[in-house]
Amino acid sequence: MSKQTQVYDKEIVFAGLAVFLIIVTFPFWYNLVLGKAASAPVPELTKEAKAAKTCVLPAAEMKSEHMRILDVWRHSVVRQVKRVYTTPDGRDFEMSLTNSCLECHYNKTEFCDKCHTYASVDPYCWDCHIDNPKEIK
Amino acid sequence: MENSRRNFLKVAGVAALGVGVKPAVNVLSAAGGGETPAAKVAKHENALTAKKWAMVIDTRKFESEGDLDKIIEACHSIHNVPDFSEIDTPERVKRHEIKWIWKEEYKHAFPGNENEYLNDRLKYLPFLVLCNHCEDPPCVRACPTQATFKREEDGIVLMDFHRCIGCRFCMAACPYGSRSFNFRDPKPGIEKQNLDFPTRMKGVVEKCNFCAERLAVGKKPKCVEASNGAIAFGDLDDPNSEVRELLRENFTIRRKLSLGTGPVVYYIV
Repeated sequence: MSKQTQVYDKEIVFAGLAVFLIIVTFPFWYNLVLGKAASAPVPELTKEAKAAKTCVLPAAEMKSEHMRILDVWRHSVVRQVKRVYTTPDGRDFEMSLTNSCLECHYNKTEFCDKCHTYASVDPYCWDCHIDNPKEIK
Repeated sequence: MENSRRNFLKVAGVAALGVGVKPAVNVLSAAGGGETPAAKVAKHENALTAKKWAMVIDTRKFESEGDLDKIIEACHSIHNVPDFSEIDTPERVKRHEIKWIWKEEYKHAFPGNENEYLNDRLKYLPFLVLCNHCEDPPCVRACPTQATFKREEDGIVLMDFHRCIGCRFCMAACPYGSRSFNFRDPKPGIEKQNLDFPTRMKGVVEKCNFCAERLAVGKKPKCVEASNGAIAFGDLDDPNSEVRELLRENFTIRRKLSLGTGPVVYYIV
C-alpha cells in the first residue's frame, strides 16, 4: 500500500515558489549578469619610491605584511636597543617610520590613506609620527 | 533503484564537502604561514652599551643658572617637548607643563636632608633634576599596561608611548615628579620639530629616556653633551668608567634614598 501525496493548487504553489526563488536569488544572478566589482584603490607611488623599485620586502609582501613589519620594528626599537633591519636579501634599513618609510612614501593621502580608507582601518601612526613635511606644501 | 539513488546522494554529498574544504584549507594555510623569512634586526655597530647606565652631575661646575637653562633647552628641543608659554596664560602653562629635565631647589630635591640653617650656596643653588632611572622603579610596578618598563639590558627606565593609556598611576608612584602628562595636544607648543624623534599625543605620560635613541647610534645623552663636562655619564657596573671614577673621588648624594628606589643620578655638591 503506497502513500498517496497530492499537492492542491499546484499551479499557484509552484508559481509562487518560483517567484520566491527568483526574488531571493536576485542579488546573486544580478551580480553575475550585470554587476562588476568595485575597483580596488591603487596607491600612488612617489618618484623616489618608483626609483627604488623594491621596498623593504617585495611589494606583494609589503601589501599584506606591512603592519606586522611595523609592529616588529616598533617592538625592536622601543623595547630593545636594536634599530637596524636587515632584509632577507641583505639590505639594511633604519627602523623608523618617519625617517625610513616616509622618506619615500611621503604622499600620505595618495599612498597610505587610499587603502586605509577603502579598508576602513584607521591607524593612529601619524598622531605622533608626523607625515614627512615634504607633503606640507 | 532505491539503493542506487542512495549511493548517488552519498557520493554527491562527499564530493560537495570536498569542493568546499579546498578553499577553506587555502585560507587557513595563507593565514598561518605569513611570517617574513629570515629578516634580521640588529644594533647599530657603534651603539653605546652598558650594564647599568648612571649619571653624575657636578653642581660645582655650573657657573650660572643660564648653564642649566641651556641644558634644559637642548634636551627639550630634541625631544619635541612642548612649551606653551608663548601661546597661553601663565597659569595654564604651569598646569600643562611637560618636563624631562628641570631645576629644583635643594629643599625640594632632597627633602629630609635640609637643615634649618643651610650652607648659603646649597640653599639657593638650582639643581638639575630628571628621571632617576631607578634600580627598582615604582612607576614600572604601577603601570597596568607595561607601557613603562625597565630595560634589563642597561637599566634604563623607558616608556612605550604606544601602550600608555594615560591612567597616570606612574605619576602617582614616582617619588621624584619625573613624569608629565599631556593634558593637551603638545603639537602647538612645539616650535621646531625634531624629525628624528616622534612627538606625543594628548593623553600619554612622558619622561626622560636617558636619550636611549642617541645611545643607540653611539651618542651620549644631549644633556651630557650640552653641559661642558659638568654631567658625566657611564656604566655604574664598570669600575673603570668615568662615573665610577667620579664617585670614588667625590662625595655624592642621591635623591630620596630612604625610599629604596635606587636612583642612579648622583650629585656632587
